[in-house]
Amino acid sequence: MQRTPHLESELSTVLRFGVILAAIVVALGGAIYLARHAFDVPDYASFHAEVADLRSVAGIFRGLATFSGRGLIQFGLLLLIATPIVRVALAGFVFLRNKDWLYVTVACVVLSLLLFGLVTGK
Amino acid sequence: MPVHSVASLTAFLAAGSFLAGLLGSLTGLGGGVVLIPMMTLLFGIDIRYAIGASLVSVIATSSGAASAYVREGYTNVRLGMILEVATSVGAIAGAAIAVYANTRFIGLLFGAVLLQSAWSAFQGAHEEFETHPPVKRLAMYLRLDGTYPVNGREKRYYVQSFPSGFALMGVAGLLSGLLGIGSGAMKVIAMDRIMKIPFKVSTTTSNFMIGVTAAASAGVYLARGYIEPGLAMPVMLGVLAGSMTGARILTRASTPLLRRVFGIVIAFLAAQMIYSGIMGKL
Repeated sequence: MQRTPHLESELSTVLRFGVILAAIVVALGGAIYLARHAFDVPDYASFHAEVADLRSVAGIFRGLATFSGRGLIQFGLLLLIATPIVRVALAGFVFLRNKDWLYVTVACVVLSLLLFGLVTGK
Repeated sequence: MPVHSVASLTAFLAAGSFLAGLLGSLTGLGGGVVLIPMMTLLFGIDIRYAIGASLVSVIATSSGAASAYVREGYTNVRLGMILEVATSVGAIAGAAIAVYANTRFIGLLFGAVLLQSAWSAFQGAHEEFETHPPVKRLAMYLRLDGTYPVNGREKRYYVQSFPSGFALMGVAGLLSGLLGIGSGAMKVIAMDRIMKIPFKVSTTTSNFMIGVTAAASAGVYLARGYIEPGLAMPVMLGVLAGSMTGARILTRASTPLLRRVFGIVIAFLAAQMIYSGIMGKL
């Protein structure tokens, strides 16, 4: 196969870094959440949608300032969701460096679909 | 259903998810598929929260594993990227439909997917077809044909029936978005059975695509409030730790007995899921 130079190793690094970072943030948020709420009794048997600030990208960023455990977990999950998106963007960039226009286009289409899902999800 | 505090629920979910991740990675069947029945049937958690927690875990395990596979040179990155167009469209559509579908329908569909997964546990990985396949013009134009390492030498393969494979990937994406699973089994069928791609290339490329497919519907789930941090935290960390442990124990998973045992567990969960769906208990 005509392999695109550096593509594999760069994608591998982004994926590994993203997952590790997300897991650390989620674990940290989890520790704060448990320290404060270990003996609460939550009701998950019936669905009541998450509070607004934990439901949007902007809200999650706003919530970071309050340093709540749940907010931090949600931020970690957002980092996790961002990992494959960054991976697609990076692949597009590597294709661009190699002037592989067909696959630059493919990467752009996938990227816009992902951003569409993240932004317009309602 | 026993009442759990945050502490005990977190501990039980983390342990269960660890086991799911471990078995999923050892058997190659993926852990996501047992997470949702575990949460709904064992802990009485609403299926929408279960779907949200499962979806983010799927991103974690697939990205973690993909980072190793991509480096080994099995993953066909170009093929994966172009098929991600189909899975992303399917996933966004699936997540949009999931919001309006009733939980009974989701439960029944999930049961059917579990049954298929149980069935595949009893099918061994078959050997590659060793004929001289024709070189397809479309695949050649898209530069999808590739090579993969066999005993230290690079071996060529030629992608067949790309349009049918692309269409089936759309269906795989739809199921992923509807049910919050990776639908790796269907992705592998599309590549290995339809596009006639070597099994190892199919499984690693499928795994490479799962993160993107799941990320496409994750935004919709997030906005709809399906992603509950108190549940997603233990599930995501548990599955990730379990699947990493599994990968360390066995790098070359050829464990037919374990696959069969896990297949029986999945079949049992499928029956439970369908029963609960029919009785409207989800």
